[in-house]
Amino acid sequence: MSKIFHATAGMGRKLQAQALVAKDGFSARYDLDRIKGVFSRPEHKLAGESYVAKVLVLDAAKGGVATAWMLYEMQSRGVMPAALVLNAVNPIMVQGVALADFTMISGFDCDITQAIPNGATVEIDPTGDRPFIRVL
Amino acid sequence: MRLTDEEQAMRDGKAGRARQWAIEHQIKVGTYLGAEDFVPVSQAHIMADTESLGAAGVEWLETMAKLPATERRVAIPTITDPRGTDFASAHKLKHQPWMLDLEKRAIAAFEALGVLMTDTCINYQTIMPPVRGEHCAYGDTGVVIYSNSVCGARSNFEGGPSALSAGLTGRTPRYGYHLDEHRLATLVVQTGYTPRELNEWGALGGLVGRLAGDYWQVPVVVGLDRVPGSDEMKHFGAAAASYGSLALFHMAGVTPEAQRLEDVVPSGVSLRTHDVGEADVRKFQQSYVKTVDNAVDLVVFSAPQLSLVEMQEVAGLLDGRRATIPLLAITSPQIKPDADRMGITARIEAAGGTVLAGMCFYQSYAREMAEANGWKRLATNSAKLTNIIGGYGYKPALLSMEQCVDVACAGGKLA
Repeated sequence: MSKIFHATAGMGRKLQAQALVAKDGFSARYDLDRIKGVFSRPEHKLAGESYVAKVLVLDAAKGGVATAWMLYEMQSRGVMPAALVLNAVNPIMVQGVALADFTMISGFDCDITQAIPNGATVEIDPTGDRPFIRVL
Repeated sequence: MRLTDEEQAMRDGKAGRARQWAIEHQIKVGTYLGAEDFVPVSQAHIMADTESLGAAGVEWLETMAKLPATERRVAIPTITDPRGTDFASAHKLKHQPWMLDLEKRAIAAFEALGVLMTDTCINYQTIMPPVRGEHCAYGDTGVVIYSNSVCGARSNFEGGPSALSAGLTGRTPRYGYHLDEHRLATLVVQTGYTPRELNEWGALGGLVGRLAGDYWQVPVVVGLDRVPGSDEMKHFGAAAASYGSLALFHMAGVTPEAQRLEDVVPSGVSLRTHDVGEADVRKFQQSYVKTVDNAVDLVVFSAPQLSLVEMQEVAGLLDGRRATIPLLAITSPQIKPDADRMGITARIEAAGGTVLAGMCFYQSYAREMAEANGWKRLATNSAKLTNIIGGYGYKPALLSMEQCVDVACAGGKLA
């Protein structure tokens, strides 16, 4: 069995999907063209990439408070990642995931952006006492 | 989380459906973030421009607003962040009817909930500055960092749904910056450079934000040679929060919790220390100038909204001159009447500028405004705006207020 990376916290549902990985931050307002479903911020390491149906494996939640509403709005149109996996969250990310009934795990004892290969198919389980991600 | 009898009653639905949803949302958030219980808060401040809400978010609010009054009205003073338009000038920005309709619907829903539509991100300057130690639920990163750092108040970043929840329940999960142990410094920024202009304060804040890197870091700045004023702190903090997702900073000898460095760095504790000087600030700014190829399409003063003093400074720089590209000066609805009464608005508009109130540029369908108006390159003195607006397709230049006005009066050409 491939290595399991346990998170300190999780919310949402079990799923499997392709990972989109970068050592960079995440903010729905700052980084995304939420209509086209791509990273739009020119400096972002994933600029131009589609995030739709992908597990976003990123470093830290960045920026402002808009993500707290925006994930729900994105969910309503179906232009949405599959899940968020972050080294460090901020309250806004947690609030947004809660409102949107979305999936997120965060807080690892390694740099998760270095541990998960970009493009790998991953399994996420946020539901147990020890939420985790692993490469399939 | 441990719940009081009152909180359990809300969870059981005894205070109505709105408060039941709110406290359940707060418990979900608080549990994820390790809160042991709730803390009562005195004020809530909700960010909810309709670009963020979307039609789905507005419909969600309207569902809440249709509940009986006793169930839906907020329990504590609850105010709002800027809107996504200035209705009086929406036509100048080429805002579309559907945007205005969404904003009107959101406003009606908030008013039904008993929310005061203050439409400002500088409430700490104009509505009710919090008091040291006061627990609040603020929903704008610039408001949180200023209130925590300069006023010594206690708030986390409370996004729209959580700030509304706090308004309904009168409390918020006790984690993060409500707790003493999270308010100590985690890194030191040593600087021998004290900025003079607001863009320089913002650049320094941006650098500090990048160095700190995430929400849970608390920088203490050492080495400034004077106490910054409120507008300087506003720009510094807004940029630090934007670039680093920071909610608290200290300035040794300046901010209330760090009158001595030892107040926030206990003895025997060794923290990573970074040196930031004038060359770093200049390099930061230059990185946001070279992208615009020596010309911009508009000048924007926003993010945060301008104080009365900033409005007066813009007017003074424009007196006797003419802006030949759009120049937007965005302030709060509380300041606009004073600016009108004192002739400041008239001076800016006589020079071809546009004064807007109650909105924020990047919260106002910035991408659609760019497409409708042919705006691609923007000059501003706000480091926060330069950080955000790139994601909306603009190329930003970070200049001083004086340079911004010079550029506006030179057809958009940078010297």
